[in-house]
Amino acid sequence: MNPKRSRFLFSVLCFGMAFLYVPMVLLIIYSFNNSKLVPIWGGFSLRWYKVLFQSEDVWAATALSFKIAFVNATFAVALGTLAGLALVRFGRFRGRTLFTGMITAPLVMPEVITGLSLLLLFIGLQGLIGWPSERGFTTITIAHITFSMAYVAVIIQSRLSGMQEDLEEAAQDLGAKPLRVLFDITLPLLAPGMLAGWLLAFTLSLDDLVIASFTTGPGSNTLPILIYSRIRLGLRPDINALATIIILAVTIGVIIFGWLMLRQQRQRERDMHEAAAS
Amino acid sequence: MAQGAFGRAIEKAQASWKFLVIFIPYAWLLIFFLAPFFMVLKISVAELRIASPPFTPLIATDAAGATIIRLVFDNFAYLWEDSLYLNTYLNSLKISTTSTLLCLLIGYPIAYAIVRSTPTTRNILLLLIILPFWTSFLLRVYAWMGLLADQGTINNLLIWLGVIDSPIRMLYTEFAVYIGIVYTYLPFMILPLYANMEKLDMSLLEAASDLGARPAVTFLTVTLPMTVPGIVAGSLLVFIPATGEYVIPDLLGGGNVLMIGRVLYNEFNANTDWPVASAVAIVLLLLLVLPMMLYQHIQSKEASS
Repeated sequence: MNPKRSRFLFSVLCFGMAFLYVPMVLLIIYSFNNSKLVPIWGGFSLRWYKVLFQSEDVWAATALSFKIAFVNATFAVALGTLAGLALVRFGRFRGRTLFTGMITAPLVMPEVITGLSLLLLFIGLQGLIGWPSERGFTTITIAHITFSMAYVAVIIQSRLSGMQEDLEEAAQDLGAKPLRVLFDITLPLLAPGMLAGWLLAFTLSLDDLVIASFTTGPGSNTLPILIYSRIRLGLRPDINALATIIILAVTIGVIIFGWLMLRQQRQRERDMHEAAAS
Repeated sequence: MAQGAFGRAIEKAQASWKFLVIFIPYAWLLIFFLAPFFMVLKISVAELRIASPPFTPLIATDAAGATIIRLVFDNFAYLWEDSLYLNTYLNSLKISTTSTLLCLLIGYPIAYAIVRSTPTTRNILLLLIILPFWTSFLLRVYAWMGLLADQGTINNLLIWLGVIDSPIRMLYTEFAVYIGIVYTYLPFMILPLYANMEKLDMSLLEAASDLGARPAVTFLTVTLPMTVPGIVAGSLLVFIPATGEYVIPDLLGGGNVLMIGRVLYNEFNANTDWPVASAVAIVLLLLLVLPMMLYQHIQSKEASS
């Protein structure tokens, strides 16, 4: 590559990374600001962390968000894996086009529409059969599962279509029953995809504001709803502190996950090397 | 004979097992994804009334006791006649189109630079692109509130450098909305572009330059046409959600930037006019149905290949 072009590409990368990361770095720096006014530096201090940890609202909202995210991710992986299996392994079945449509649509559907439509459904159901009697944990979780399972299905779908069917066929030829093939061969092979799907569903749920604000009821504030109600009125140093904790937790999580994946990949390569050598 | 009956029983069990695998997620999506749209559709043709629920029923009995179906298209007529809504739709489309182009202009060279770097650097760079994805969307928008505010970092820096005397108004303007959308949706543009470019046969580019094509010519006649699928996928992934965006115009645009997602949200929550909010949602869906079908078409082609 000629030096002029590689210099251009290098500066493009620097600009891109600066654009993505400078705002977050500043967010973190200002969380240690002693001043009440976010952008004016008043010396280093941890006082906003103290304010944050003493806030009971924040603890309650965090607990609710984690509870929703956990239940959501678990259900979304179960439903999404079934949907992925149905789409890749079962060929044509009646209503397949509608099914594919309903799997891909939530990925690009504007959140306001998903949120509004689910709320109207919950209200309609309540009038019709008396359920759900109140909105909160259950309704938010159902809403989250509905869009999260679509993401899981797409991950499982791409893993399944990249996976060769010969292992499953071999097991079947050796007399394994379909359910046994599913539990002993297909699902273990899918496990990394399911784990990735679980983590994605968990994060999507923790991150969602719009759909949760439509489907929540009085008194059920998730963490994004709480953050939003505070920052709508302007900058808040305690939110900077909260942001710092979230960003650091995610960064550490992603680095550990990436490192594990890399190690697994290297191990696999080594195994293949040894297998080839022996 | 017994063998045959046993075989049929197994076949039946297998069929019902397959049926369950399809049925469970299918039923979930029918109830919680498709049915809600019919609710929206139903309420969009109802009238506002002061009661609970705050709209007229679709099927009612009239004074004579006969069952009638009431369809009111006033809400749609109202959207058409009130210039606020029309302007809001047009403004949303303008903002999302411009932001998509900006993302493409910024994202394309970044994706290209990632593809052309060494494998180790490439993995690190990809991780850096994906990382913001996993952190809170809301807090990334909030970060720009601190940068763009009148007393914010950018204004403070410019005043300190002596470039300006008084702060420039950036927060609560359309400019801030553009920044917010490009910032949060840039990874959605870069990743499909990267996935597309990664599969490209770079030897074609070398062949073109070996044959004496100038870089610009190579780019326009070889690189650009080959990356069209990535461009289309990335653009749709930015354009569709940006059109209905609520958080960014609300936090960074304040009351000054009209976008349809925000109008819908306010119509529902502040004005509690459910029929009009539903009609707004239906029209927004109609605007996006073509790009969404295009995206689905690409996805299914990708999955089958």
